[in-house]
Amino acid sequence: MATSSRLDARIPQGPLESKWSKYRSSVPLVNPANKRNLEIIVVGTGLAGASAAATLAELGYKVKAFCFQDSPRRAHSIAAQGGINAAKNYQNDGDSVYRLFYDTIKGGDYRAREANVHRLAEVSGNIIDQCVAAGVPFAREYGGLLSNRSFGGTQVQRTFYAAGQTGQQLLLGAYSGLQRQVGMGTVKMYNRHEMLDVVNIDGKCRGIIARNLITGEIERHGGHAVLLCTGGYGNVFYLSTNAMGSNVTAAWKAHKRGAFFGNPCFTQIHPTCIPVSGEHQSKLTLMSESLRNDGRIWVPKKKDDNRPGNEIPEGERDYYLERRYPAFGNLVPRDIASRAAKERCDAGYGVGTSKLAVYLDFAAAVERYGRGEANKNNIHNASDADITAWGKAVVKEKYGNLFDMYKQITGEDPYEVPMRIYPAVHYTMGGLWVDYNLMTTVPGLYSLGEANFSDHGANRLGASALMQGLADGYFVIPYTIGNYLASEIRTGKISTDHEAFVKAEAEVKERIDTLLRIQGKTSPELFHRRLGKIMWEKCGMARNAQGLKEAIEEIRQLRKDFWSDVKVMGTANYFNPELDKANRVADFIELGELMCIDALDRNESCGGHFREEYQTEEGEALRDDENYMYVSAWEHKGPENWELHKEELIYENIKIAQRSYK
Amino acid sequence: MEGNMRLSLKVWRQSNTDAAGGFEDYKLDNVSPDMSFLEMFDVLNEQLIEEGKEPVAFDHDCREGICGMCSMYINGRPHGPLRGVTTCQLHMRSFKDGDTIVVEPWRAQAFPVIKDLVVDRDAFDRVISAGGFVSVNTGNAQDANSLPIAKEAADDAFAAAACIGCGACVAACKNASAMLFVSAKISQLALLPQGQAERSIRAEKMVAQMDAEGFGACTNTGACSAECPKEISLENIARMNREYIGAKFSSSAV
Amino acid sequence: MSWFSQTLTSSIGKKLLMALTGLFLISFLVIHATINAMIFYNDGGETFSHWGHFMGTNPIIRTLEIGLVAGFLIHIIDGLMLWKSNRDARPVKYAVNNAAANSTWYSRSMGLLGTLLLIFLVIHTSHFWIPNRSNQFATGEELNLYQMMLETFQNPVVVLIYVLGCVSLFWHLLHGFKSAFQSLGLNHVKYNGAISFVGTAFSIIVPILFALMPISIYLGWVK
Repeated sequence: MATSSRLDARIPQGPLESKWSKYRSSVPLVNPANKRNLEIIVVGTGLAGASAAATLAELGYKVKAFCFQDSPRRAHSIAAQGGINAAKNYQNDGDSVYRLFYDTIKGGDYRAREANVHRLAEVSGNIIDQCVAAGVPFAREYGGLLSNRSFGGTQVQRTFYAAGQTGQQLLLGAYSGLQRQVGMGTVKMYNRHEMLDVVNIDGKCRGIIARNLITGEIERHGGHAVLLCTGGYGNVFYLSTNAMGSNVTAAWKAHKRGAFFGNPCFTQIHPTCIPVSGEHQSKLTLMSESLRNDGRIWVPKKKDDNRPGNEIPEGERDYYLERRYPAFGNLVPRDIASRAAKERCDAGYGVGTSKLAVYLDFAAAVERYGRGEANKNNIHNASDADITAWGKAVVKEKYGNLFDMYKQITGEDPYEVPMRIYPAVHYTMGGLWVDYNLMTTVPGLYSLGEANFSDHGANRLGASALMQGLADGYFVIPYTIGNYLASEIRTGKISTDHEAFVKAEAEVKERIDTLLRIQGKTSPELFHRRLGKIMWEKCGMARNAQGLKEAIEEIRQLRKDFWSDVKVMGTANYFNPELDKANRVADFIELGELMCIDALDRNESCGGHFREEYQTEEGEALRDDENYMYVSAWEHKGPENWELHKEELIYENIKIAQRSYK
Repeated sequence: MEGNMRLSLKVWRQSNTDAAGGFEDYKLDNVSPDMSFLEMFDVLNEQLIEEGKEPVAFDHDCREGICGMCSMYINGRPHGPLRGVTTCQLHMRSFKDGDTIVVEPWRAQAFPVIKDLVVDRDAFDRVISAGGFVSVNTGNAQDANSLPIAKEAADDAFAAAACIGCGACVAACKNASAMLFVSAKISQLALLPQGQAERSIRAEKMVAQMDAEGFGACTNTGACSAECPKEISLENIARMNREYIGAKFSSSAV
Repeated sequence: MSWFSQTLTSSIGKKLLMALTGLFLISFLVIHATINAMIFYNDGGETFSHWGHFMGTNPIIRTLEIGLVAGFLIHIIDGLMLWKSNRDARPVKYAVNNAAANSTWYSRSMGLLGTLLLIFLVIHTSHFWIPNRSNQFATGEELNLYQMMLETFQNPVVVLIYVLGCVSLFWHLLHGFKSAFQSLGLNHVKYNGAISFVGTAFSIIVPILFALMPISIYLGWVK
């Protein structure tokens, strides 16, 4: 297989370890006087967007940043719980840049690009330095130095954290840097604005069309480069751990304007989420993977065992992860843990009223910590009750906020009864295809963070999303964008009177008018639910050719129904969340079709993509490296029409192996 | 639907900032106790759309209590009857069958209503822009472990930094004061060595911006902290007072 | 605006002024209550008049009295300014407000309690302090305050007004004492208990002491 001539990843020559440092020191620079005349548009203000906008402004570029929320501080990076990886080796447990690189490639089931991942591992340490300097209050040991915890898919402790709110603390750090620039006037912030199209002129991206969500006004914004930092598209499944507003619209518009979409079918199903409680459910809530450090996952050995979890004796419990994967146990990567839970539930061993849940049990951890406390305090004859109380206190300190949240949502006390968890859509590894510079196939149009496809292959390791978002924003784009902008210094200010802007604006308005004109019977919300049901059942944790083919047909029908039967209340001239929702759902429907097409194309199982036809006798994923070691980059050719371009993945520094956590 | 609770709702409706608003009454049947408060509003909105009425606009995003976007004044309290909980994490099991629930937007001069239950909280962003940061450009940083920070200070800073910027403190305060919000950020950075260089100027500028936004002063009633979904402590306000007074009387800024 | 007036007119500066003048007025209450309590010697006002004479004629005390008047004025004017800006901060009120769930009524009613105290202050000073000082100014002679008290507190309405004034003082102090420390930034886990205890004790003891004076005279316990 050869890489398509339409794809040039622009990976620098030379040995892997020195690619980035060499490239960084040879990439063209823009002098400060010219930077002042170059405008950069940043869409999305999560970790990637906020860090990029702030850093580019610090460098002297004129930056405009957009977010659909009422403040950049609300981007969904804020909800990340567990932590952020970095190859600091502070724990002296054998970590290194190479090991983080290796773990990430292996965790991604050998479907990520070596050069990008190595760069990510290289800059991971700088991220921690930068965040600490910005005042992020990471957890610390009594000696005053940073604390680490372990995460799934690794055997070292390299995860930095701030209780169960790491994403919040990192985002607020990046946000404060962004607000500093806003205060200085170097970043112009547009809150409650949604990007509804990108504008290309002569083959280069030159700006965006955005809608002011308060007034409904359609605005044109010109820039020399546009950065899409708009997050993932997990909400295509309707139920996911994403925020209600998380959407694919920006990335999808870029895709329809020429940016190829990479690996759309690679979605991550997170193993530890609070199970669905009923029809009304609007979103799912994650219980951090860090809980798997101390929690043990099990189901009853007997089918349909209806006793409460804490009354089932030890001997009648099946700790299936420890049984199947003794080396990693409860800390296997997410895709494997999720599939194992589904396998047990499908086989009839699930718990709770829905039977679609497994237990995550802290009783053993409570006892272990309780004894630890007793030893620490030199108490040798402690009662069981005391040990339990001390153990619970330790667990509370480590995971208190997560336990509280669980109790709040389910009404059950996880200190007393084991938590019930079930997998849920969490993250999308796929996204806009980008080269080494993070530029899409449209010159001047970049994609950062979860919105691009680049670093996690077919499965992302826990605590790596925060790392990638900040790496892209703080340490990659500030260098790589020079490669493009150095040749733009003679362009001059981008005029938004150009016919391309006029045309794009007219198209956006036409689409909004159409949505409002249909006045059918079904709300955007109900269309979203229908799409989610198709996607979850046929393109979810397990997929097969038959189901995917059906799904494609059903989604096409759904799209037709949508455009003839959607009912959008209100008008376009004021704050109208229903209209925003309709716009987003329309794009999700189109994306859903492409995801199924991609999943159908990939006749193998790898990472988060599990095709039932391709598994070992033990039910493990069966990769096909000979035929599918490529990135799928889909080019949009028209309605229901895509062309596949392949980027061959070449591993020069890693020995490809069957991924085993046994 | 799967639930059997029946509720009467009185919801504030206002078409835009300048329009006069008023309460509308709605009836809901089949509410499940397992629903979140916002899911109950989803049900209401679906019902309104079916009746050809415009749904209620309300702010919400993560629905897991961390983004700080949701903001409802429920039966006279921000985020409803429970302590330490955001509206999105409030579940209907906290209400009884047959209850009447009154829902209003945050009320403050500095938080104008945009529509229905949605308010404009840009004032908070401007307060942060005034000084809620450490001026460190990307790339300036030294090795993270070269700066040991006592665990206690780090923990206290974290407790203050846990603020989600929802504005419940302003909503709860009889003076619509933003002091809990502002003090949480001032405290976080005053407690950490990284924040020392700009400690004085930060306190001066953030407080000045807070006042310029039209928030009220503090009467130390403690309502803010009692209603804060992240239970940010009143100690932070005391610390801010110290920081501000100390800065004003000692800094060289005239 | 100079940095100084800018500081004192900021939201925190106004609170600083309230706290400082409040604590100053609290210290005045200690003196006032102590000297007035001399009537409980029940010696026909001899001890009381001795100290009353000292307070009314000692040049240092007389100078400090100007500070006291200033303290009252600043506390009152600053309070009114705060009341105005705090009211402006919420132009549209809540239709339903369950403030009892998160704070005490008296902490939310400092303006109201302060206004009641101001009314009481006007009545109280017009009973004693103003006539006495006017007479001193006009004739150089002090009035017999003890005798005036005995006469004034024969009227049950006056006694009732004084008792109500003391009740307002109790609630005002119960929040104000602790609140002043918080406004000054004095909130520390080691000392909060002590501040709270002293504050509560002070708020109870001083108003009771004051209230006992008109009551005792009215009931004839003190003659």
